[in-house]
Amino acid sequence: MARLAEALRAALGAIRAHLLRAALTVLGMVIGVAAVIAVVALLQGFGQSITQQFRNLGANGLVIVAYLPQKAALEGRIARITPDDLLAIRQRVAGVRDVVPLLPLAQFSAEVRYGSRSSNTSVSGTTSGFPRNGARYPVQGRFVVAGDDTTRRPVAVIGQTLIKDLHLPADPEGHFIQLFGTWFKVVGVLNKVGTLVGLIDRDNLVYIPYTTAVSLSGALTAPNIVIQLDVDNARAIKPVEARITAVLRRQHHLLPGEADDFKIQSAAELTKALTSALDSASLILGAIVGISLLVGGVGIMNVMLVSVTERTREIGIQKSLGATRADILLQFLLEAVLLSLLGGLVGLALGYGIGKLVVHLVPAFAGAIVPGWTIALSLGFTAAVGLVFGITPAAKAAALDPIEALRYE
Amino acid sequence: MSVALATDTAPLLELRGIGKRYRMGETDVDALRGVDLAIARNEYVAFIGPSGSGKTTLMNIVGCLDRPSSGSYLLNGQRVADLDDNALARIRNREIGFVFQNFNLLGRADALHNVMQPLVYRGIKLRERRQLATAALTGVGLGDRLDHRPNQLSGGQRQRVAIARALVGKPSILLADEPTGNLDSTTAREIMAMFATLHRAGNTIILVTHDAEVAAHAERTVAIRDGQVIGDTRHGRKGTAHGAAG
Repeated sequence: MARLAEALRAALGAIRAHLLRAALTVLGMVIGVAAVIAVVALLQGFGQSITQQFRNLGANGLVIVAYLPQKAALEGRIARITPDDLLAIRQRVAGVRDVVPLLPLAQFSAEVRYGSRSSNTSVSGTTSGFPRNGARYPVQGRFVVAGDDTTRRPVAVIGQTLIKDLHLPADPEGHFIQLFGTWFKVVGVLNKVGTLVGLIDRDNLVYIPYTTAVSLSGALTAPNIVIQLDVDNARAIKPVEARITAVLRRQHHLLPGEADDFKIQSAAELTKALTSALDSASLILGAIVGISLLVGGVGIMNVMLVSVTERTREIGIQKSLGATRADILLQFLLEAVLLSLLGGLVGLALGYGIGKLVVHLVPAFAGAIVPGWTIALSLGFTAAVGLVFGITPAAKAAALDPIEALRYE
Repeated sequence: MSVALATDTAPLLELRGIGKRYRMGETDVDALRGVDLAIARNEYVAFIGPSGSGKTTLMNIVGCLDRPSSGSYLLNGQRVADLDDNALARIRNREIGFVFQNFNLLGRADALHNVMQPLVYRGIKLRERRQLATAALTGVGLGDRLDHRPNQLSGGQRQRVAIARALVGKPSILLADEPTGNLDSTTAREIMAMFATLHRAGNTIILVTHDAEVAAHAERTVAIRDGQVIGDTRHGRKGTAHGAAG
């Protein structure tokens, strides 16, 4: 124990004796770790912001979408969730509320006109229960209400981008816009939610009543809808999922042994899938940038070799006083590992700082997050690099012949 | 100490037929050829010889810095001729105290830490190391220079730090290689006086020198030339007490 403490003290002393050299030596390490941490921090921050958007579904929320396994798709089958399925779920599944359909009519491709101006937007039909957990709410006027739905009113709730794009008045309520050749009265304006990672404008959209959308989609024999619903009791999600599965399988006339042609997604599952995808992306990118750490390791090895030569006489003295090979080996190995770790720590702080700076300068990045595993991994890896690249110089020092080392000038 | 009593009659170190052969390029050079030598506890011996005589090689073997190519070496009843590196390091740490011509202090460490260094390899705790080293430095008259680095000390003071370092672990033998070689004559006299005091206190001292005047301080002179012992003279005891060793 005393020997280990002494080896540590000697290693620290040697680093302190040449601070500038130590700083330059670990520069490669610092840059490598900083790069890894910055990349991972930004990716994780990015992931966090997307996950946050999924959370708006709520812990009780389930989403039912049509889905075909590849094999079934190759057999030429088509999967869809129909308005009949919506009715079936409403009538035959207990313990759920706010069973709301979403019928996407167009993704950024619907032409919308106001006066002489036109633009492209996304149009979806839905009902009053759709905006969940306060994520979307009307800042002017109202959302689609039950009465709109039952009477197929041609009304529209619009996102704020449309006011700008179509040069609508600041208070567009009561004005008419044209969609799919039909006039819609603007009854509400949604709150601004901003862009999805700076790319997708989430305020460029129009909601119309579900039944209105169904009749507009008349050209399609059976529209494919998405169903959102809330389970009354979050702990009963599994049985409710089983019940929905049973109902839909019967609706779709699936035989036992046939795969489901739909998927029931919960917020938790979506989040988990996304998080794991982002974690592997972080790991892969981190590993690529981590190669630069090897370059840092070579720098440390080089300086340690010089250092051993410089301190040959000192090593001889220590050996004459009774230091064993192991004592010398440990001392130099610790020095290399400490240097490397020092670089790792500085790099960690620097990388986090860079992440924060990028978030500050580029609005597309929501935040910089450094997860614990990254810190553990990068410090572990730096220590390992120090160990691997320190072993050769340390072994060289330990193997020195005491007489020749003492004679060394 | 009971061991010391049991072996009191036996020599402290005994060399029998020690040879050392170096390979210099294509040819073999015999630095030592069949050296037989026995040194008792509390002897004060000088190895004297010109440079290249083999006296330094002999000192390195006695000090367990080097291994003989042939012959046997018993130190304190231990066979050391065929020990491995770790065992030799252990003997250097416990049985030998070195004093070098150029002091060989660690430049980055102060006097106290230089003297504490050999105790590290014995696994002694920091507090005790500090106590022992402070006592050793006080013993050589440097109690007020504990935190001075070698470059803040005079040559004589540096050599006294080195002596304190050699003695702090209470070794069996104090091995001094030209200890006054880098000192002026006044300081050299002080250091030689210190060796005489240490000898009187019961220490076994081996002095390696080319200088007959320095060798004259010892009570026994072993003359070495061409790797062989060519003379072994006793000048009679200069020290007084022998009992201090017990």
